[in-house]
Amino acid sequence: MTWFDSPADAAARLNATGYLTDHATATTAFLAGALEKPLLLEGPAGVGKTELAKAVSRATGADLVRLQCYEGLDEARALYEWNYKKQLLRIQAEPKGADAPDWGRTHDDIFAEEFLLTRPLLTAIRREEPTVLLIDEVDKTDIEVEGLLLEVLSDFQVTIPELGTVAATRRPFVVLTSNASRELSEAVKRRCLYLHLDYPDAAREREILHSQVPGIDDRVAEQLVATVGRLRDMDLKKAPSIAESVDWARTLIALEIRDLDEKAITDTLGVVLKHASDHERAIRELKIGRSIPGSR
Amino acid sequence: MPDGPAPADEYRSGLLDRHLAFIEALRGAGLSVSLAEDIDSVAALSVLPWGERATVRDAFAATLLKKQSHRTTFDALFDVYFPPMVGDGVGRDGGEESGEDGAAGQVRDNAAALQDFRDRLAEAMEAGEYDEQQMRQMAAEMMARFGAMPGRGPGLSSWSAYTALQRVAPHELTDRIIEALLAGGMDEGEANRAAARRVGGLTRMVEDDARRRIAEEKGPDHVADVTVRPSIDKIAFTSARRADLEEMRRQIFPLARRLATRLAKEQHARRRGPLDFRRTVRASMATGGVPLTTHHRPKRPHRTDLVVLCDVSGSVANFAQFTLLFVFALREVFQSMRAFTFIDHVHEVTPYFRPGADPADVLTDLAASTSHAALWGRTNYGRAFTKFDEEYADALGPKTTLLILGDGRSNYSDLHTDVLRRMAGSVRHSWWLNPEHERNWGTGDSAAPTYGQIVDMIECRNLEQLEDFVHRIIGPPTR
Repeated sequence: MTWFDSPADAAARLNATGYLTDHATATTAFLAGALEKPLLLEGPAGVGKTELAKAVSRATGADLVRLQCYEGLDEARALYEWNYKKQLLRIQAEPKGADAPDWGRTHDDIFAEEFLLTRPLLTAIRREEPTVLLIDEVDKTDIEVEGLLLEVLSDFQVTIPELGTVAATRRPFVVLTSNASRELSEAVKRRCLYLHLDYPDAAREREILHSQVPGIDDRVAEQLVATVGRLRDMDLKKAPSIAESVDWARTLIALEIRDLDEKAITDTLGVVLKHASDHERAIRELKIGRSIPGSR
Repeated sequence: MPDGPAPADEYRSGLLDRHLAFIEALRGAGLSVSLAEDIDSVAALSVLPWGERATVRDAFAATLLKKQSHRTTFDALFDVYFPPMVGDGVGRDGGEESGEDGAAGQVRDNAAALQDFRDRLAEAMEAGEYDEQQMRQMAAEMMARFGAMPGRGPGLSSWSAYTALQRVAPHELTDRIIEALLAGGMDEGEANRAAARRVGGLTRMVEDDARRRIAEEKGPDHVADVTVRPSIDKIAFTSARRADLEEMRRQIFPLARRLATRLAKEQHARRRGPLDFRRTVRASMATGGVPLTTHHRPKRPHRTDLVVLCDVSGSVANFAQFTLLFVFALREVFQSMRAFTFIDHVHEVTPYFRPGADPADVLTDLAASTSHAALWGRTNYGRAFTKFDEEYADALGPKTTLLILGDGRSNYSDLHTDVLRRMAGSVRHSWWLNPEHERNWGTGDSAAPTYGQIVDMIECRNLEQLEDFVHRIIGPPTR
């Protein structure tokens, strides 16, 4: 199965699911499908990395298998695990005495498919239907897990010592996301296509607001996008993300604020800025209204 | 590459050569492009239409570029090897001049032409909707008319963004643009910002265009070697430009956060202490009394007291500020931390680093406090060490790590090595970070080798080396 026919097709179908892409995103999503390579997404929190994987699954009608990474994630949670309780039961239920089967047979029995618990990575590889495999926040895992991913990402296969190698019947569309809280190893990066998602430009952010928050006033949307843009230009600890500007828009609608003036901004700033020092700085710089020349 | 006979020259399109040269240039600029990625990029291009330059760039970016900090380098090199246009481009003004070259070149550049061009430029930049394509054309035209310089030899020409920008002086148009934008209904702050952004954008475009033209004449490899700057974590503190410093300052906190996460994780991995018998037995209930997983008690993490002693004289001021900021961004991994600045006198700056304080404010306070660190204003390491030993000796203890930042250039004064030796002897470990290249240690008035015999001196010229160093002193012991 081909995932997308062309970059334009990818853009159109992703847009139809409500995920507005830019040129690079559409091209890279198309390439990930066409070359059957995993796609590594990096970028600040809340720019729609996870959302892209979900949008791909919606746009192509594939099911989403998700592996949420965290510190301490291991093989047993990511790949597969033997159901040892069931294995113990099986051994204890063996007839005792003269007609006891020899160990060799029991051994083969308890390491059969029946006792295998598949975890997301193996599940995604064994599925017959089109699948989007989302490996979320891969930078949160330990280095060892990356090693585990290598076989899956390059050959789409998993080796289980007792069973042999399970190869993918149909290659999943793999999306890895990372907040770059640590640098991923070269080996993982080499196997992936790379896309850095960043804050969108004003026009695209306005479109996103309109599609995510139906009923938002055109003028308010414009003011909001402009303000968020200025906030991002400041030296903040955490710049507002797309998700937060969407939240802000919803807040404004809930409070029935029709005009984003200084008072409205001060009242609702908590929705977008979550550090006390960021608040102070934002209020200081927005109030004065003095321009900070774009230093880039 | 296949081993077969090379295709005859007349059949070569040059496409592959250009591609390989591009890859080589990327490698030369510090991007580690593997053969596998090289092959991927060609595979990507083979499934894509080539009609649009942006598509080709995105395909290269997706397959070759694996680190966002390399993006500027990548973009610059892509522009050099796959320029958006050739010569003056297709949209050449009017077309009436395009026939003659030499003579027309003279006419195209005179006072009247300059005035005319500035008017048109201002008009384009005043427009309510900013047309990037048009600006790019304008930048190309500006370069063609006002940026040409005679080359090194007869018949050669060269291009200078500096000349073009000086002559046209787009920043002088700023006021005019602001007025026009105000008339167009923007409020004042917004107009100011928009104007600054547009002028900045034009400057960048003109610089890009100069690079492109030089690449056309001298070959891209030449430009790639000369004009492309290294990525931000490799720029030396002492030779950074203003814009670079700004960018570095933005990088400090993400960098520190990344390092803190990494350290926390590594500590976590080593935290496996003695067996927790109770928990292990309890857990074994689930598996019929067989203790399949063992549980362990956590180990207490070991924390360091850090004392930073920092030369803030002009020659190393940038380096000092960055290192102080970086170390303080990491404060949670240290037990306690005190910082002192000196030139020829010692001043404690710990209070400026309030938890959660705004880094920009901290830097301003630090800069303002520099005067407290100087009596005569000439760097004197010996005096500073003596003063420190007299006034703040209590800061150093057997659990302390002492970190000295400076280039060790002490204006040929008394070095007071005995004091430093005593200080180094009273702490657990002492380090000296030197922002100069190791080959310059000991030249001129540098006392680096002398001091280097007493404390471990380490070269630390850029953010990358700084991060490495901090990881080393607080990370797991390598032995």
